[in-house]
Amino acid sequence: MKILTLIFCCCYLGSFARILKVGRQQPYASVTAAVAAADNGDTVIVEKGVYFEKNLVIGKSIVLKGIDHPVLDAEKKYENISVRSNGVTIDGFLLQHTGVSSIVDFAAIKIYNSRNVTVINNIINDAFFGIYSQYGIHCLIKNNTLSAKAKNEQESGNGIHCWKSDSMQIIANTISGHRDGIYFEFVTHSVIWRNNSFHNIRYGLHFMFSNEDAYISNIFENNGAGVAVMFSKGVKMFNNYFKENWGDAAYGILLKEINDSYIENNHFEKNTSAIYAEGANRILMKKNVFKNNGWAVKIQASCSEVTLEENNFLENTFDIGTNGSLVLNRFNKNYWDKYEGYDLNKDGEGDIPYRPVSLYSMIAEKNPPVMILFRSFITSLMDKTEKVIPSLTPENLKDDHPLMKPLPL
Amino acid sequence: MQKIIKYVITDILRNKIMLAYTAFLLILSFSIFSLEDSPSKGLLSMLNIVLIIVPLMSIIFSTIYIYNSAEFIELLVSQPLRRKTIWLSLFAGLAGSLSIAFLAGAGIVVLIYEPSITGLMITVTGVFLSVIFSAIAMLAAVTTRDKAKGIGTAILLWLYFSLLFDGLVLFLLFQFSDYPMEKPMILVSLFNPIDLSRILILLKMDISAMMGYTGAIFKDFFGTGTGILISFIVLLLWIVLPVGLSVRKFNNKDL
Repeated sequence: MKILTLIFCCCYLGSFARILKVGRQQPYASVTAAVAAADNGDTVIVEKGVYFEKNLVIGKSIVLKGIDHPVLDAEKKYENISVRSNGVTIDGFLLQHTGVSSIVDFAAIKIYNSRNVTVINNIINDAFFGIYSQYGIHCLIKNNTLSAKAKNEQESGNGIHCWKSDSMQIIANTISGHRDGIYFEFVTHSVIWRNNSFHNIRYGLHFMFSNEDAYISNIFENNGAGVAVMFSKGVKMFNNYFKENWGDAAYGILLKEINDSYIENNHFEKNTSAIYAEGANRILMKKNVFKNNGWAVKIQASCSEVTLEENNFLENTFDIGTNGSLVLNRFNKNYWDKYEGYDLNKDGEGDIPYRPVSLYSMIAEKNPPVMILFRSFITSLMDKTEKVIPSLTPENLKDDHPLMKPLPL
Repeated sequence: MQKIIKYVITDILRNKIMLAYTAFLLILSFSIFSLEDSPSKGLLSMLNIVLIIVPLMSIIFSTIYIYNSAEFIELLVSQPLRRKTIWLSLFAGLAGSLSIAFLAGAGIVVLIYEPSITGLMITVTGVFLSVIFSAIAMLAAVTTRDKAKGIGTAILLWLYFSLLFDGLVLFLLFQFSDYPMEKPMILVSLFNPIDLSRILILLKMDISAMMGYTGAIFKDFFGTGTGILISFIVLLLWIVLPVGLSVRKFNNKDL
């Protein structure tokens, strides 16, 4: 034990971490010089000011810390910071004017093949890509504020972009004005928590081929097309807010080829379609609130074993939309504000089943121009007749135990 | 002419039915806006009133009024007045008083609760529908001498515009579902003032996004300045044509 302690002490003495300061009256005038002089484990502290470092490459595991958000400006030509080492921390900078290119994905901070990188408390303005992780493992991206003024999809980048990464933690970032707020492709075992993604021109969150990830307590608001989750399995979505994704092809969540996932306790408000599911299998949607949406859930006949349980459906124009008569999904114990049944035995569940698909929504799905008759007298008349004698709406798409009172969610 | 209009308007506005109509609209619109938690939801309910109740009331009231004032019309015809003047002043009086009733009953309430372009659109189309359907009623009333037949025709016309026409559109859409029907639908919607008003109002509400591709095409046409101008010209035509036809018929009518 004593020997061990001795060895440990020696190692410790041998590697004193230094602090290198950058600033006008400091030993180093540029960040590049300080980083070049630093060894693994050192801390570089940058004082307030504007630094034109071209492309700052960090190839050592150091801590880069800014005091009062010093500005690193890339003059619209370069990448602000490239991280090419494990264990780097970048804390408290203001990064701006990242280069824009259609060949290279320039980012304000780009992580190349590194582990344990921490990016916290940065402000990123007018970047092409904001924070980009390529083969990053176990990185923490936290408390960053990213804003851009993207105009079209071709000439803009994503806020937080992760590609082929693993065990990422994306926490409490605010992202706006990018192409996609958060973009995940081939990212596994990661968590997206408490982020706020709004006014992005395409998706608030774009998620592909990424298995076993969780996104929890995020707010996705007013994005061009909402949130898209595609070709993934084992996705957990809890306590998120999906709001005001209005538009021709805007969805609260677009689920495409998603398997074995959980959507629980989310709030969907004022979306054209809150959930659009296509080819989704074995998904549990539980305790969500759907309020004021055009379509609460559009579930195509290609979905199977999707269970909707204990959700509140309030003030939606259409509760459920579907495109076929095949129903392999289960609806149970939801609250539907359009339910007109009764409860004789007072157990809180309606005695007659509720059929959430209206005839008009079926017709509109098959023949979209019929939307021209939206809110006309004849369509409401048709819906009322269909409710009494169902003929065209899928016989099996029904909730056998609709709740009489909304759940406290 | 002014004298006859004044007489007709004061006569109608004193009418108990008209007062009841105004009061009914007023109570209904106030309760709608105070019951719904958001004004935009209230607007949707107001939409139903404007599209169903206002045309029904206008067409039936106008027809009955014309038949009931047959003796008054005969008296006027015996005076040195042009038939056209008599008929147009009757129309102006009817349309004016129905519009006043609608504005007092529903228009003001809508503008108080929702002083936006959507609210304005509902009010304007409501006034237009009041005038259009009294014009159609004039045409229905002048064609037949029999009162029961005339009122029957009026009700059928209302049914046609608010229900049957949409049924036909639905039928057409299904027959031609293999073809792109969005653009022809714009043309078809011009043939029904109720449909035209509904689309104009819906496109001012944010729910237009729900209408998908169809909505986008409609917005491209009805959302632009020229589109709105064309639709209002068509609505004006819906007033001018029935009234013009009825004037011609009235000129040659054997009273």
